[in-house]
Amino acid sequence: MFKLEKTDQTLLIVVGILTLFAPFILNPFPEGSAMAQFNAGYPDLMQRFVIFGIFAIGFNILFGLTGYLSFGHAAFLGVGSYAAVWMFKLLSMNVIPAIILSVVVAGLFSLLIGFISLRRSGIYFSILTLAFAQMMFALAYSVLTPITGGETGLQLALDDPRIFGASQTPEGNIPVPGLFGLEMRDSFDLVMGSWVFTFNIGYYFCAMVMIASFYLAIRIFRSPFGLMLRAVKSNQQRMNYTGLNTRPYTLAAFVISGMYAGLAGGLMASMDPLAGAERMQWTASGEVVLMTILGGAGTLIGPVLGAGFIKYFENIFSKINSTILHEWFAFLPDGLEDFIVAILYPFIGKGWHLTLGILFMMVVIFLPGGLVEGGQRIRSWLQKRKSEKNTPNGSTEPAE
Amino acid sequence: MDAIILQILNGLDKGSAYALIALGLTLIFGTLGVVNFAHGALFMIGAFCAVTLSRILTLSHTIIDETKTDFLGNPLKVDVPYVHDIFGVAAGNVIIDWAVPLAILFAIPVMIAVGVIMERGLIKHFYKRPHADQILVTFGLAIVLQEVIKYFYGANPIPTPAPEAFKGSFDFGAAVGFDPNLIIYPYWRIIYFFFATLIIGGVFAFLQFTTFGMVVRAGMADRETVGLLGINIDKRFTIMFGIAAAVAGLAGVMYTPINSPNYHMGMDFLVLSFVVVVVGGMGSLPGAVLAGFLLGVLESFASMREVIDIIPGINQIIIYLVAIIILLTRPRGLMGRKGVMED
Amino acid sequence: MSKTDVSRRGLLKTGAIAGAGVAMPTIFTAQSAHAFTNEPTGGTVTLGFNVPQTGPYADEGADELRAYQLAVEHLNGGGDGGMMNTFSSKALQGNGILGKKVEYVTGDTQTKSDAARASAKSMIEKDGAVMITGGSSSGVAVAVQALCQEAGVIFMAGLTHSNDTTGKDKRANGFRHFFNSYMSGAALAPVLANAYGTDRKAYHLTADYNWGYTTEEAVRSSTEAMGWETVAAVKTPLTQTDFSSYIAPVLQSGADTLVLNHYGGNMVNSLTNAVQFGLRDKLVNGKDFQIVVPLYSRLMAKGAGANVKGIFGSTNWHWSLQDEGSKAFVKSFGTKYGFPPSQAAHTCYVQTLLYADAVERAGSFAPCAVVEALEDYEFDGLGNGKTLYRGDDHQCFKDVLVVKGKENPTSEFDLLEIVEVTPVAQVTYAPDHPQFSGGALGTCNNGA
Repeated sequence: MFKLEKTDQTLLIVVGILTLFAPFILNPFPEGSAMAQFNAGYPDLMQRFVIFGIFAIGFNILFGLTGYLSFGHAAFLGVGSYAAVWMFKLLSMNVIPAIILSVVVAGLFSLLIGFISLRRSGIYFSILTLAFAQMMFALAYSVLTPITGGETGLQLALDDPRIFGASQTPEGNIPVPGLFGLEMRDSFDLVMGSWVFTFNIGYYFCAMVMIASFYLAIRIFRSPFGLMLRAVKSNQQRMNYTGLNTRPYTLAAFVISGMYAGLAGGLMASMDPLAGAERMQWTASGEVVLMTILGGAGTLIGPVLGAGFIKYFENIFSKINSTILHEWFAFLPDGLEDFIVAILYPFIGKGWHLTLGILFMMVVIFLPGGLVEGGQRIRSWLQKRKSEKNTPNGSTEPAE
Repeated sequence: MDAIILQILNGLDKGSAYALIALGLTLIFGTLGVVNFAHGALFMIGAFCAVTLSRILTLSHTIIDETKTDFLGNPLKVDVPYVHDIFGVAAGNVIIDWAVPLAILFAIPVMIAVGVIMERGLIKHFYKRPHADQILVTFGLAIVLQEVIKYFYGANPIPTPAPEAFKGSFDFGAAVGFDPNLIIYPYWRIIYFFFATLIIGGVFAFLQFTTFGMVVRAGMADRETVGLLGINIDKRFTIMFGIAAAVAGLAGVMYTPINSPNYHMGMDFLVLSFVVVVVGGMGSLPGAVLAGFLLGVLESFASMREVIDIIPGINQIIIYLVAIIILLTRPRGLMGRKGVMED
Repeated sequence: MSKTDVSRRGLLKTGAIAGAGVAMPTIFTAQSAHAFTNEPTGGTVTLGFNVPQTGPYADEGADELRAYQLAVEHLNGGGDGGMMNTFSSKALQGNGILGKKVEYVTGDTQTKSDAARASAKSMIEKDGAVMITGGSSSGVAVAVQALCQEAGVIFMAGLTHSNDTTGKDKRANGFRHFFNSYMSGAALAPVLANAYGTDRKAYHLTADYNWGYTTEEAVRSSTEAMGWETVAAVKTPLTQTDFSSYIAPVLQSGADTLVLNHYGGNMVNSLTNAVQFGLRDKLVNGKDFQIVVPLYSRLMAKGAGANVKGIFGSTNWHWSLQDEGSKAFVKSFGTKYGFPPSQAAHTCYVQTLLYADAVERAGSFAPCAVVEALEDYEFDGLGNGKTLYRGDDHQCFKDVLVVKGKENPTSEFDLLEIVEVTPVAQVTYAPDHPQFSGGALGTCNNGA
């Protein structure tokens, strides 16, 4: 099926199932319970998980395969969202043309920037991409305000001259992005006992796009083209000595990953029609680097895991405040409660950056291959235990 | 003419800060081969050494002044610094006033200790790891360090003024025959410039003229051979890391009167200092210094309103634009060595 | 086992279609079980406090959060009631809002519009917040305001000073109590003319983004109307930390006044640099050189330290005000936290009270009912004298304070002194004033 090898096929199916059932998986705790704070199954965060997943998958095609570390990838996500919002403003509220345009625009930008930056390698390449992205951010925030909205971001307005579709809804509001009548923000709830599961159209749209992008990434990884990119990573010089020009291959990888970023940007704008310049800042580019390395660069599933990890932290941990902490530990005697809250408080809520920083360091120090390596270690540990069980005397040494 | 002289002055001043930070980064990269994203955090910790010292000097006990009331109508609590008790009010005030220069003495041991602990505790384990891992772990460390500082000192900038004696500015113009007030420059910034050149010169002299420096330079060129000669290069590299941390820290201490320090000042400088290092050429100390001054001067010129009027937004992008142009014309920056950080 | 709608959560509740899976759009609009987004059904109501907890404005956000917690305490009948006792409307009983106990959730805006929207969305979608408030910059306020309009909840802006928030980016579901650039200009100009004369030459340094543009425009037009001349206006990048290259040429231009249209870290640094250059000791055109900072905040003054001494600026509110409302607020805030509140804390506290009061008076949490209750509502006793929430643009009109950096502060909070309380008439403008042109309020949105 899908022209994939068996393991890849299993991976794709697992990812597909996980994304489709995400509303269940991410809401394991009953509504109203103390643990409900950790539920992540609401539309906005689920959308972010898959959108940043797409972004990281694309980034991994460049970094994981060729080893070229781009520090300006967020710029393509940024131009993608600007393109999409302009499409909403001028053409129609349908997400399809908006997303197509954002992919195309991001592709053009990445072609230009990639063509220039790929003349250098190593850290010189990284700094070139960083410089381009920072220039785009700085200009979008200031002088280009008429095009980008500057500080307040590019937004829809009540008087947008939309060619297809009305400028305003009959109630006098701004229309919302949709797909042939299906509004992206629409969702419905499934209530089972004290659990509530939310199914959101926008999320499922993004999820479909992500599964397709993931499939495409697998095909790229397994193709001769992917093999060529890996060869570039392991020894570009030797490739060049064999008389092969590697530039077209790396440029193609750069443009593909730029288009992935544009796709993510377009989806972001489709879920929430606003495009801000901060999306292009170096910290945003750094974030996707962190996601990829944290999850496991060069692996298929790693970047998606890393994206989920970081976004979960940003959105769930930052919302825990001292009142919630006190509620959790209310069963303890007062002195002990205050003590535990005082110890935990610096690490959560407004201290979520600190915890994230510590976790980064932990992962990098102990799991050089990222979260994927962690998973592999657990699996091999389990297998070892299982095999130990199977040998009754506990000895696995070969007979002499 | 006067405007151009002024911006050259300003560029040299800005450039000295860039050069100082880039120098420390290059020292670490050149000796240890580690890309240290926590270098900005070291700069920031240096600045907070000054803040801490001035806090220590103003440690106070409170007395209640019955004659005045606070905002709630209660008797006003007045803080009296202990130094007033020890040295008397006048001398105590002088000591508090000189907190920043005094902090230099305080910062050197602290920063060397921070550097050595960082190297032994963390960086050491990353020599053999890919650069991407080094970047990630030091970036994580930078976040942790700045969040710790934020936890103790808050997010708001903390004013740390220079001693009263260095307030105001020097009239260069009047000194060389222009009209007064045309070319003026603050005393403290002039001091910063000379201080930076002194440190930079000191580091170069140390590497060039001492045996220790010679060994380190040999180690930078070929670590394995030096090791084979029976020299304990690791220990020297640890010391170099401490020195680099001290350089960054001193840059931070002296910077506090220029801008009130806050917990993210390191991150503000981080990207810029990397651009400086790369433009100078990875691993080249003279390159880092040269690039620091070059970018400082160009940034100053780009912020002139006559220039902005011609090219709007040029002040926003000049550093990056220059970096791109230089890297496209000179593949390894101004003075980079072949093969360093190119894969 | 399965029952419908027990929770207070969810955007667009759809009743009993659970599991049907037929995603026809009509189902979502026609058969809503709720009259509006996040209608509180239990004994509690949830408000969303969206403030910067990380990044450069974290301290300001922390102060906002303190004020919100205080407001919630007072609304639920705890504490000494604060400004509820001095508020001209007596609708609030201290039994929550409409008898429902007030609960709250917090989030981190990071002072980035994307993060702020994500945080606000999670409050609306996950926690069922019926009102979002807070923020410390205009970019965030405008972005979150638009989101709340779309989702059908009320947005009570925190600290946002740009004209755009109630100008070209105004929204029917959004309300601003804080003052704006225009008001700063209108309040400052006469005081400046008084203190420094009417023939000054001003040099503007302006933060290169929307708020900077509106502030520069406002201050320029009102000072030029007084007879000042604007020599030059230079835009500085947001990410700039060292302003020396922008300050150095000021004296050469022949200007005798420097206007710093900067906020937050930018302002702290540019003012520090300007004082460093000794500008204030200079004599230009036979006049003392002066510096003006249109928007002051106490935290910024604290960051700039002694450099603020004697420098004029404007502010929304200051704890040294002696009216009954301010005194009551300072007392309950100071008793609880040990130091006086900032203007950000004040505006956030007041916004929460105003929202609660509007709900009480309207008898409903429905956004459209709240909008109706707030529009053209006149009140008093909340610290700024008689105040009007204008229906045309949802901007509060009240007295504006002109302040000056204090020469001899008695504590680290006592940094500003009030020079003049500019009466509301002087800062009022027509809804169609050119500085606020473009954009439309639209109609209120109840959401689901």
